[in-house]
Amino acid sequence: MAEKMELREVEVWDGNHAAAQALRQVQVDVVAAYPITPSTPIVEGYAKFLADGYVEGEFVMVESEHAAMSGCIGASAAGGRVATATSSQGLALMVETLYQAAGMRLPIILNIVNRALAAPLNVNGDHSDMYLCRDSGWIQLNAFSPQGAYDLNFIAFKISEDHDIRIPSIINQDGFMTSHTAQGVATLDDDTAFNFVGEFKPMNDMLDLEHPVTHGVQAEEDWHFEHKARQHNDMMTKVMPKIEKTFAEFEALTGRKYSVVESYDMEDAELCVVCTGTSVETARVVATQLRADGIKAGVVGIRVFRPFPFEQIAAALDGIKAVAVLDRSAPGGAPGALFNEISSALYSRDNRPLISGYIYGLGGRDLTRAHLVDLYSELQANADAGKVLTPLQQFIGVRGPKLSYL
Amino acid sequence: MLEIRWHSRAGQGAVTGAKGLADVISTTGKHVQAFAFYGSAKRGAAMTAYNRVDDEMVLNHEKYMKPDYVFVIDPSLTYTADITANHKDDTIYIITTHLDRDELISEAPKLKGKTVYTVDCITIAQETIGRAIPNTPMLGAFMKVSKMYDIEFFKENMKRVLEKLPPKIVDANMLAIQRAYDEVK
Repeated sequence: MAEKMELREVEVWDGNHAAAQALRQVQVDVVAAYPITPSTPIVEGYAKFLADGYVEGEFVMVESEHAAMSGCIGASAAGGRVATATSSQGLALMVETLYQAAGMRLPIILNIVNRALAAPLNVNGDHSDMYLCRDSGWIQLNAFSPQGAYDLNFIAFKISEDHDIRIPSIINQDGFMTSHTAQGVATLDDDTAFNFVGEFKPMNDMLDLEHPVTHGVQAEEDWHFEHKARQHNDMMTKVMPKIEKTFAEFEALTGRKYSVVESYDMEDAELCVVCTGTSVETARVVATQLRADGIKAGVVGIRVFRPFPFEQIAAALDGIKAVAVLDRSAPGGAPGALFNEISSALYSRDNRPLISGYIYGLGGRDLTRAHLVDLYSELQANADAGKVLTPLQQFIGVRGPKLSYL
Repeated sequence: MLEIRWHSRAGQGAVTGAKGLADVISTTGKHVQAFAFYGSAKRGAAMTAYNRVDDEMVLNHEKYMKPDYVFVIDPSLTYTADITANHKDDTIYIITTHLDRDELISEAPKLKGKTVYTVDCITIAQETIGRAIPNTPMLGAFMKVSKMYDIEFFKENMKRVLEKLPPKIVDANMLAIQRAYDEVK
């Protein structure tokens, strides 16, 4: 039996430590990992808990991130509770195997500590890696703070491991801004945390020798499409209700409420910023500050990125006059990734808002409250004019002449 | 909202100091945030760390800060780092130096007219802990200047924060905190 750890009601943890503690509390059986900044302390933390007797499991040291996820796939197919963590270049190398894990319906949990992609080499936080694997078939949940990084791990295990779901989950947290920022985290005691997720229940596990199964088969033109269609169908029809149910169960247990789309001050809002990660919380501070001056500012945070909350986004932004979508990734010759998806959710609505996009924060560049105050004033001008007065894509916080496109 | 910026060299313990301070403050029911700019994270490189403290949950994640306090835990950074960046009229500086306040200000004229306290955290750390790790003494000095908590309460809590260190090192840190509390001017 693993030893129990006494935790205080509120611990001051950074996002990495919060995620590592969650992996300990759900007693992950296997972590196969190849550490990379800024996610290293998550797997390092699990390894230390293991060495100190606080978890019963196995840490598999491998030679690359590709091998890390391959090891996770093997362990998950064998019938264990499995997790790992990575960032940036590591995730880029891992991507091929992400598609395998999702296609094989293995409920692995991956903590991604979001970081910029080289070149130029940069260890700081942006969302380029989040979008890199957006079509891999994984559920993606986004933390805005260390508390979120802790809570969403429990929620993710419970969703993914459900036998009706069997789809792996990614928990995103902002590199450094969450992963290395210590804040108060309200904890669960070990038994409560474990019982929320429950014992791992294997399904079609390779080590069940009474019932032999094959994993990772080939399916050409005859069956490949049916497999992919079923995978997509489950994402589109089964996952969101399961996420909502799990959020409700988590709230009943802890009092902490999560929503697929997080709306703040949106009841009578005219202007809205849509973003994800730590920026959501900074934007909330600014919206509150602007409310005091009579500006009807709101914020929508993307908590669930996959499956994409198409209906929920459209509902949250219904009747809003002007919306800004913030993308923390290099758009590579297109409108922003989030901008495109939000626009598609709004296009067929009768009451669609004016929408404009902003690229910000690449390689960890600070998003200041002053930036957001300026941004809301541009939205106010758009709302007053009844049309978007700026180009559709603007860069904020970048040195040199102001950049804008479209 | 109370905001603190630390100027340090990587390896001198500013991150541990900022997180330790946050931990102690959190036990009193306040909300805290502690973070750092790592840059290339090479030992000896100049770096900054930050604390925010508030009665409400800290939601602001911007790195920009107009600090209420600036802690300088490496003496040379007073001259080479922009320690007065984003200064406001009531910013208070606690600076590690072997000089007294007047000598320091004459050598670093950018501090003229500002509220400056001095304490020799490096010497204190060397004489108590045996290594030039000036983070915990700075917190002792901060307790004196800010009157945030009773020093005995603070030391008791720091003992818990440092509990993973060998008992001898913990005791030496307590001495260092007390000496800086007594010696800051």
